[in-house]
Amino acid sequence: MLRDITLGQYYQTDSVIHRLDPRVKLVTTLCYIISLFIVDSIVGYVIAGLFLALIIKLSKVPVKFMVRGMKSILFLLIMAVVFNLFLTPGEVVVSIWKLHITKEGIALASMMAVRLVFLIMGSSIMTLTTTPNNLTDGLESLMKPLKVIKVPVHEIAMMMSIALRFIPILLEETDKIMKAQIARGADFESGNLIKKAKSMVPLLVPLFISAFRRANDLATAMEARCYRGGDHRTKMKPLIYKKRDALAYAAVCVYLALCVGLGRILF
Amino acid sequence: MSIILDHVSHIYEADTSMAFPALTDINLVIPDGQFIGLIGHTGSGKSTLVQHLNGLLKPTTGNIYYNGADINDADYNKKELRSKVGLVFQYPEHQLFEIDVFKDVCFGPKNLGLDRKEVELRAYDALKQVGIEDEYFYQSPFDLSGGQKRRVAIAGVLAMKPEVLILDEPTAGLDPRGRDEILDQIAKLREETGMTVILVSHSMEDVAKYVDRIIVMNKSRVMFDDEPKKVFRHYKELEEVGLAAPQITYIMQTLKAKGLAVDTDITGVEEARDAILKAIRG
Repeated sequence: MLRDITLGQYYQTDSVIHRLDPRVKLVTTLCYIISLFIVDSIVGYVIAGLFLALIIKLSKVPVKFMVRGMKSILFLLIMAVVFNLFLTPGEVVVSIWKLHITKEGIALASMMAVRLVFLIMGSSIMTLTTTPNNLTDGLESLMKPLKVIKVPVHEIAMMMSIALRFIPILLEETDKIMKAQIARGADFESGNLIKKAKSMVPLLVPLFISAFRRANDLATAMEARCYRGGDHRTKMKPLIYKKRDALAYAAVCVYLALCVGLGRILF
Repeated sequence: MSIILDHVSHIYEADTSMAFPALTDINLVIPDGQFIGLIGHTGSGKSTLVQHLNGLLKPTTGNIYYNGADINDADYNKKELRSKVGLVFQYPEHQLFEIDVFKDVCFGPKNLGLDRKEVELRAYDALKQVGIEDEYFYQSPFDLSGGQKRRVAIAGVLAMKPEVLILDEPTAGLDPRGRDEILDQIAKLREETGMTVILVSHSMEDVAKYVDRIIVMNKSRVMFDDEPKKVFRHYKELEEVGLAAPQITYIMQTLKAKGLAVDTDITGVEEARDAILKAIRG
């Protein structure tokens, strides 16, 4: 049940996208998100869609896997579509009771839906093809200029990678404790809201205790290895740009130019 | 009155690229009152198997019958099953949550919907059965020592008065003394109540002394299922899958190979001494 959450998960395989420098992927994702908000023509969306399809194809992540991840935002998606569909003023197409579906509403709703889907798919393809460690390494490296204004860049990256690392561990722990309490007759499903909330106590107390115990152990282990923050720290695998990364940057530039330029020329 | 497993298989993450068979065609009959050791290496499927016995996991194919009824039938009362088949997980002390020891042990019987008096009576009995003294009853379970915590957690399952008690690696992480204490307590408990006990372990040494029957699991299948001494005769095959027979078996086998006519089926130290003395004198 808990294993269905794919948002923020890594999909293990070997592909061009997997091998790209995490910085390239972070910048590309950012550019892609910006591009989605710049384009306002059908041609633009087609280009954005093609670009995304190409990346998904290259990443070798099964489409089924991506669609499963979309389930978590289904509710958000429906809300956005419904509100835009009914609440946009303009030329009325269909009227149901007091609600009017307008031509502009249909256009806006479908644009919103496409935007949201592309947005989530675009960012999840990044997390699916980048290990959490690489991702934080990339973030740290990209945020380095902020050090000038005293932003604790290394510490932020460290906290992020620890938090990411603990997600699967705590999920597994939850599963285990849940089973142990069910074996003692606990019931997590039936009853009203108050009863359900109360039934979480036997799950949450051991979970918090275990989280604190693990945090404590990790802190001790870090101290024992003389960890003292980011100053003068070198990396075992420093990030180095390769030729394929330059190519990827070039591709992104072309894509951005196409998105902005083509839309302008044609309309 | 027994547990029957009929062609039970379980595949984790079925239908994905990560599909992994944890159980393959398991056929077992577990009669009442037997003391069973379930042995296997890490990842052999033994924990998966025991989670099937109280309905926490559903077999991908195959059926499990408890006292003649299929436990995965839609109208089967799972809650009742879980009170009859008590499962103590690995590191059970990680499930403690109440403010004092006594309340924590009450959790199980309370979930069965019994009245307060009965709940407290059962909790008291269970704590006594695992050898926890009255002075600890109103302490926080988190203030106890590791061995005590584990006993309280076992009492939490015992208080449901199960007919079958399953313990998944009850000695993991304990020192040799704590280990012997827990195992002796379980053996005593079984003698007093006559319940079926299934002891999951990866160590033959631990279970050889106590159990009537050993089931060896390897790579999701049952490899051996017999009396301990008959299983230990396969000590060479056991070694191949990363398990070992008790040390006594090795000593007796070596002595025999060197020409001393001793019985190689012996599993206890005292018996071995007598047999060696007899062989030398006779």
